[in-house]
Amino acid sequence: MNKVVSKEFFSENVVRLEIEAPRIAKARRAGHFVIVRVDEKGERIPLTISGSDVAKGTITLVIQRVGVTSRKLAELEAGDTISDLVGPLGQATEVKKVGTILACGGGVGVAPLLPIVEANKKAGNRVISIIAARSKDLIILEEQIREYSDEVIVMTDDGSYGAKGLITEGMEKVINREKIDEAVIIGPAIMMKFASEVTRKHEIPSIASLNTIMVDGTGMCGACRVTVDGKTKFVCVDGPEFDAHKVDFDEMLMRLGGYKDFEKDANDRYLNQQK
Amino acid sequence: MDKQDILKQERNAAWRKELRDKIKNKERTGFTRVEMPEADPIERSRSYVEVNSGLSAEEAVLEARRCLDCANPTCITGCPVEINIPKFIKNIERGEFLESAKVLKETSALPAVCGRVCPQEKQCEASCFYTQKLKKPAVAIGYLERFAADYERESGNVSVPDVAESKNKKIACIGSGPAGLSFAGDMAKMGYDVTVFEALHQIGGVLKYGIPEFRLPNDVVDVEIENLKKMGVKFETNFIVGKTATFDDLKEEGFEAFFVGSGAGLPRFMGIPGENLVGILSSNEYLTRVNLMEANKEETDTPILKGRRVAVIGGGNTAMDSVRTALRLGAEKAMIIYRRSEEEMPARVEEIKHAKEEGVEFMNLQNPIEYIGDAKGYVRQARVQRMELGEPDASGRRRPVPVEGSEYLLDVDTVVVSVGVSPNPLIPQSVPDLKTTDWSTLVVEEDSLQTSVPLMFAGGDIVRGGATVILAMGDGRKAAKAMDEKLSGVAKSEVAADNK
Repeated sequence: MNKVVSKEFFSENVVRLEIEAPRIAKARRAGHFVIVRVDEKGERIPLTISGSDVAKGTITLVIQRVGVTSRKLAELEAGDTISDLVGPLGQATEVKKVGTILACGGGVGVAPLLPIVEANKKAGNRVISIIAARSKDLIILEEQIREYSDEVIVMTDDGSYGAKGLITEGMEKVINREKIDEAVIIGPAIMMKFASEVTRKHEIPSIASLNTIMVDGTGMCGACRVTVDGKTKFVCVDGPEFDAHKVDFDEMLMRLGGYKDFEKDANDRYLNQQK
Repeated sequence: MDKQDILKQERNAAWRKELRDKIKNKERTGFTRVEMPEADPIERSRSYVEVNSGLSAEEAVLEARRCLDCANPTCITGCPVEINIPKFIKNIERGEFLESAKVLKETSALPAVCGRVCPQEKQCEASCFYTQKLKKPAVAIGYLERFAADYERESGNVSVPDVAESKNKKIACIGSGPAGLSFAGDMAKMGYDVTVFEALHQIGGVLKYGIPEFRLPNDVVDVEIENLKKMGVKFETNFIVGKTATFDDLKEEGFEAFFVGSGAGLPRFMGIPGENLVGILSSNEYLTRVNLMEANKEETDTPILKGRRVAVIGGGNTAMDSVRTALRLGAEKAMIIYRRSEEEMPARVEEIKHAKEEGVEFMNLQNPIEYIGDAKGYVRQARVQRMELGEPDASGRRRPVPVEGSEYLLDVDTVVVSVGVSPNPLIPQSVPDLKTTDWSTLVVEEDSLQTSVPLMFAGGDIVRGGATVILAMGDGRKAAKAMDEKLSGVAKSEVAADNK
């Protein structure tokens, strides 16, 4: 059992939970994720760790309300507990001094991007961050990203905040302006697909952090498999970060949709129960 | 006194002699072997009720009479944990069922589990005098083991094995599957302070996530775990050694030695086109969703694909578990596709029989070579090739060879790939000094099961690659003995001379 220490809404559907997990707080590095099971009936889902406080013994998770599990998580209050939390899992981000990093985060992807931005800045890199979302209320962690970035570009699809347009447009602008040594891309699969097309075109080495369906998170089930460079890889033990130019995003998108009907049914059932 | 002397002495106990004198061997060998009562195939194939319902006390006593209480009990050598088989069976014959269960627990941490899932026909029962010399069906050792263990559990009068005085030595056991539980039980008996670390949220490893409820009810496993807890074994779930804490962290916290029983938790796929389509999953995933996450129940959040036409690829016990699970999830057609013939199937004969009774279709000497999906990426068809048997391969079984031009398309909506597992990479990744084989299993010394790292032992599938519950348990016992010797600084020869 892990206790929720604090909770903060970033927007109507995006919430930040600070959870007691002293060992994970100490062991985790940028790029790591945890598996969460909210309650006795709950499923196991992966969530990337967006931060930790070793002294307090807590980790931070950012959750977007989409399905049953994320709704249950978003409804937890400080003092509540979650049944199970295990981690840190996956391979940590490889951080070295390379020069200029372009960090691209879409939607809640900004949460897992934050520790990578921080680690890259601390490693002596110049970090340009682009954070993008559909509209102003979905832009999260701007202040924290600013703290570790040399420049931050905010973009919204509808122009309600920052520059109007897709993240790819912002990326093009920066890439045409100055030399980028490496890009980090995290967000919805479709955003990662198009963002990595941009860096591929400009031959910029790029990393994408994938968030696939998982059950155990330790290599046991293979639900998370993706094709990278023509080979099947497990996101949980081989990833979650891969060479963005070698990931088969179309297959990943297809596999993410595998339980869509169930998810919709479960969600409807859950919402009905809440009424 | 060595093991043999103890066995002899026990055999000479007055009550054993009396039983032997009561019925002549000739009469004993004339009795027919008991049949295991089973749930009706049609009814059970749509529910999760246990298929084998277990012997009644009368049936057990009758079967126990068949055992000749041999002077040289070869059955014991056939058992990886060396259960004193005649002693537990003779206790059943004289009606001392609780005493019988106690005998089982002298050497086995999980008798109710072994009585259900051990391949007895290849082990103790294969070495039974009936099989060896009389060419008659063996004494039903497995059924009797299950009977004694179940009797004790249902009586509510569960005995806790004696535990030696505390040695105040902290031992870490990594993984709570059969290897780990067996190791933990033996170490606790010797007075060690054992903590078992489990990555999942439930204790039991493959006994929980892998073997289905209809073959091994979770309650049965839980009782055995409770028993270990009563012996002082501590359990930590949601803890991945090497990730949540490193080996060095644990050493700092006072753990003096380690046993790695982390299992073969990495499913193999065939690497054929279309294998990543939606609806194609590993048997590990399929079974975990149902057994561990209870996805078959309406009230849980975990989804499961309830396929109408389910093909399971492979011929092992896990394949049988998967295909029979498919039936229980409502499949109209549940198929086994296996590239060799039934004769070469690694699954237990009993599992194949049960699967057939329940309506599973066996498509032997066939092999998928490609999967075809629809526009949304859901699997719709498998391209299947017929096979024939050629020369024997490295495993000694005849190698399957494709038949030219025999390919055809088979309609499927769910495919469960059950072609084996590789060792889980998490532990080797976190201990760089740990030597591994070309197959990523851990290298251990044969006698002690010690790895290349001092005071780190290993057993079960992380060493074997993919074997059985009982072999894993045997490893746990062997490692416990070797670890104790090392920690107590006793020379091997002395221990051998003084062995119980």
